[in-house]
Amino acid sequence: MSADLSRRSALVVLTGLGAAALLPGGAAALSDAEARDLVGRVVGEINAIINSGRSEAAMIREFERVFARYADVPVIARSVLGPAARSASAADLRAYTEAFQGYMARKYGKRFREFAGARIEVTGAQRVRTYYEVISTARLRGQAPFEVRWRVSDRSGRDLFFDLIIEGVSMLVTERAEIGAMLDRRRGDLRALTEDLRRAG
Amino acid sequence: MRRSDAQTRARALVTGAVLLVLAACGPAPVARGINDPNEAANREVHAFNKALDRTFLRGGAEGVKSIPQPLRTAVRNLGGNLDMPRIVLNDLLQGNADDAVHNGFRFLVNTTFGLGGLLDPATDMGLDMRATDFGETLHVWGAPEGAYVELPVLGPSTERDTAGLIVDLALNPLRFVLPARELRAATALRFAARLSERAEFGATVDSLLYQSADSYAQVRLLYLQNRRFRLGGGDAAAAGAVDPYGDPDADPYDDPAAAAGGAGPPLPADPALDPFYDPYEDPNVR
Repeated sequence: MSADLSRRSALVVLTGLGAAALLPGGAAALSDAEARDLVGRVVGEINAIINSGRSEAAMIREFERVFARYADVPVIARSVLGPAARSASAADLRAYTEAFQGYMARKYGKRFREFAGARIEVTGAQRVRTYYEVISTARLRGQAPFEVRWRVSDRSGRDLFFDLIIEGVSMLVTERAEIGAMLDRRRGDLRALTEDLRRAG
Repeated sequence: MRRSDAQTRARALVTGAVLLVLAACGPAPVARGINDPNEAANREVHAFNKALDRTFLRGGAEGVKSIPQPLRTAVRNLGGNLDMPRIVLNDLLQGNADDAVHNGFRFLVNTTFGLGGLLDPATDMGLDMRATDFGETLHVWGAPEGAYVELPVLGPSTERDTAGLIVDLALNPLRFVLPARELRAATALRFAARLSERAEFGATVDSLLYQSADSYAQVRLLYLQNRRFRLGGGDAAAAGAVDPYGDPDADPYDDPAAAAGGAGPPLPADPALDPFYDPYEDPNVR
């Protein structure tokens, strides 16, 4: 499959919503070609949303659906919450995870326009410890190409993304600092943070 | 042979030898974690920079947006092209002949076919900009990163990169080629190019500076992660990094005792400190 992606689709990838699903159980046998195909398929799906011509709000809802489906949202949410995740009740954690998912969709979904005209090419995949890192190059018109790495794991039982690293900047690391600061502002109150997240992004 | 010629040649030889020795020292290891002993002072500078952005740059960038896109692109191209001699010089200082040739050709192509740098045909030919600076040169020569610094007006940096900035300013080949008036014009142009970038990525910058719970920490993380990536390459972590837990292949979750909730090996509290961070091995996640 061609790795040429139309303009806006690439953006989605860049902003953290472009989480790709691997074939079920395929992680151990993930090859370069499969990785290429996979990134192409996900971007294709997201592209359809962007070209649907719907309102920004409707698109963000669709992106949230894609994020929920292709990224390991519970693990990302708990990871960025840090130690506070351990002491939280199951119900509080569930509410927080749901709010976090919406926050991510809004925050990253709003920035699509800034990356018009990109083309993404998967250049390789490598096993790092227990997960896979799919390496891709994004080309934007009039700008030097840049690298996007997708970290994929099957340890949730399904093959899902848990991190996106754009030119070295990790979504997990960045959101961990941000969510940590939001939690500090609420003096460690997870419910208050959850309320804030419902409005943030 | 005139004496001054011989002197010049001798000086060039000595300089070359010194550079070779420096390059032979090998690059400094790419730093990890956050080294910010002057955080309080840095936060004050950050507040100042934000005020500056709010008062001048944000509005200025809005103004830039009313300028037609092709003109903005031309300004950015021109600003970027004026930076190329400095970049090629740093490639040479780093002993990176490959990038020196690549960037040198880029400069030639854009200066001629690109009408003095207004257009950027080089990128379409595969001669994309491979940016570098004297901070990277210092890294290649083995200088450590030093503490994190937020500089007034200029923004996030490290001690090493700040030293690099000063040297870049002093060493810019344009200074020795262009007359004073043209040099000022070139500086203004590069500033305009920066402003244009502020406009281009306006919403992202806005969300970073004005919608983050802690914009200082966000800017710091973004800068350090991206800077280290550019110095070490994306594979630096996977290839040459020291593994904090000894055996990189060891997986505590393959140990049935650990998987059953037993005490595994110590795990990092902050993924920023661990390039191999795996949330599935994070005790806070399970």
